[in-house]
Amino acid sequence: MTDIFGLLKGKPGDSDYEKKGVIVQGITGAYGSIHTKNMITYGTNIVAGVTPGKGGQKFEDKVPIYNTMQEAIDATSAKISIIFVPAKFFLGAAKEALEAGIKLLVAIPEHVPVRDTMEILDLATQKGAVIIGPNTPGIMIPELIKIGIMPAMPFKAGKIAVLSKSGTLLYEISDALTNTGFGQSITIGIGGDPVNGTRLIDAFEMIKDIPDLEGLVVVGEIGGDSEEILAQKIIDSKFNKPTVAYIAGRAAPKEKRMGHAGAIVMGTYGSAESKILMFNKANIPVAKRPAEVPVLLAGKMEKSD
Amino acid sequence: MQLLEFQAKELFREYGINLLDSIASTNIEQGRKDAKQLGYPFVIKIQVPVGGRGKAGGILTCQNDDEFELKYPQVMDLTIKGEKARAILLEKMADIKKELYLSLFLNRSKRCYTIIASAEGGVEIESVKNQIIKEVGLGKVSDELANEVAKEIGLEGKTAEQFADILKKLSKLTIEKEAELAEINPLAIMKDDSVVALDGKFVTDDNSNFRHEELQKYQEKSEIEERAEKSGFSLVELDGNIAVVGNGAGLVMATLDMLSDNGGKPACFLDVGGGATTESVYEALTLISKMDRVKGILVNLYGGIVKTTVVAEAFLKAYEDNLIDLPVFSRLKGTEAEKATEMLQGSRTKMFATVEEAINAAVMEVKN
Repeated sequence: MTDIFGLLKGKPGDSDYEKKGVIVQGITGAYGSIHTKNMITYGTNIVAGVTPGKGGQKFEDKVPIYNTMQEAIDATSAKISIIFVPAKFFLGAAKEALEAGIKLLVAIPEHVPVRDTMEILDLATQKGAVIIGPNTPGIMIPELIKIGIMPAMPFKAGKIAVLSKSGTLLYEISDALTNTGFGQSITIGIGGDPVNGTRLIDAFEMIKDIPDLEGLVVVGEIGGDSEEILAQKIIDSKFNKPTVAYIAGRAAPKEKRMGHAGAIVMGTYGSAESKILMFNKANIPVAKRPAEVPVLLAGKMEKSD
Repeated sequence: MQLLEFQAKELFREYGINLLDSIASTNIEQGRKDAKQLGYPFVIKIQVPVGGRGKAGGILTCQNDDEFELKYPQVMDLTIKGEKARAILLEKMADIKKELYLSLFLNRSKRCYTIIASAEGGVEIESVKNQIIKEVGLGKVSDELANEVAKEIGLEGKTAEQFADILKKLSKLTIEKEAELAEINPLAIMKDDSVVALDGKFVTDDNSNFRHEELQKYQEKSEIEERAEKSGFSLVELDGNIAVVGNGAGLVMATLDMLSDNGGKPACFLDVGGGATTESVYEALTLISKMDRVKGILVNLYGGIVKTTVVAEAFLKAYEDNLIDLPVFSRLKGTEAEKATEMLQGSRTKMFATVEEAINAAVMEVKN
């Protein structure tokens, strides 16, 4: 099982404890550079960038840029990378990262072909690496490390884990949680694609044993059956921390892709009804509005007291 | 993208999958020529991107000219699940002994391709009994596996051979065109024991479009959809009267849900994407101005990195240019929201602190 906190923070006593190095692939692009600045401001230890042809330069006069991932890793020993390249270059960039020894890869690009994702997942399995995304806002431990494109403002350190397929709903719901006193221990963006490097069930495995975890919020949407599988897992594992879900897309028409490549109902497969039914079976209330999530969570906590 | 039956069959034919003779047309003049070429009897099949065609009267047999003149327009004028006929396929009638089911699809939770086969096809997949299910990684089906599947659904001899051959061809097609679903239902065993694809459903991965120039002729897009795609928006047209605009697919879906819960009728789903700019929001408003059914616009933006003032500027410009004269109900959260509210004071845009309030106002003011 993946020790996600080990990957993101390291162990007390490590020389780089709580400041693990992160490499940015595509650091000089318009999108990559804005978010690299934001990550540095947040406190993430960005140790290198990679842009072929720009090796030897420095990003913002500080972060060294390399031509290849191998050079960047040789120089920094970093095990984490975040990718900002256009979707059609994702396969190449991700292969390069995994072959050079990256163990946690955050894949931001939207519109990556499913076949490319599947190929990368095969390679990641061989190399013992974890992929977050593609089409993810990223992963963060609020007030400690942010590897992604999420704004800083909605998040606050705390004891609730938030897993979300959607980016903006992750911000919206975390904001609502923060405003009602529920900080977050970790937030993981699953991504809106049909095939995810870290599925809801994998993300659940990563967070379920956090010693001081006080609650779990799952933000799902129509398409696929990963919410149903997670609900079954929660039942089977007798997970007893207060858990609340939200599902977007109840009013979406069938057979139409709603923005995300993965957000499509085919027949009954992927419908909101099916997901809500399974969450209810697992005794997990499903909010009707994002703003209702903290209310339901507070209700769950009272009951479990 | 989802191909129509006749388009899927074009691909099947190209890959050597057995089919009956058939010809597609989009008007009755062409249809008459096709009828002559094909010869009676044949089946008239409506071409729509949804299932349940038979039940809706979209598949009729045709024996002679008189029936043709009656039935062709009848099928052409049907609307099934909101979808109008894109074309009509005339297909030779067949002597069927048995109907099978066969598909290869992207199994999202297992993260691999999966074969489903059954000797009891011809009904919707949810009702297909005795399914044989095989996981096949990235989609490659070996000779051994194809023969095994044929045997497991009880086929023998020539029929088993032909079935295995079709399965391998379907696998090749799925891999080469990057399909999410390739389905033949029914796959029929004919009186002479040959195996023939009577229907075809084929859904490709839109994200791989850039590698498949050859499939672009199947792309069906309205002018509005095309412009939306160019701007990096996701747009789904719906039949209500309140346009829903926001950033992020999840947030726009959530807004659609809340609007519907409150009795409002969404006219579209419009996700302007992560990085909204003055230009992109202005373009979104331009697209909405082209939808006649829209009587009001609901905007729900969570500006994390996007400044809400950038959005406000787009509205002001749209009013100045007389682009829209519809009421706008807006919730803008995030960076510079106060300044944005100030900018929009006295304009057509009504600002609300929460999306719930914006929705209530929109539902109250926009009557059917």
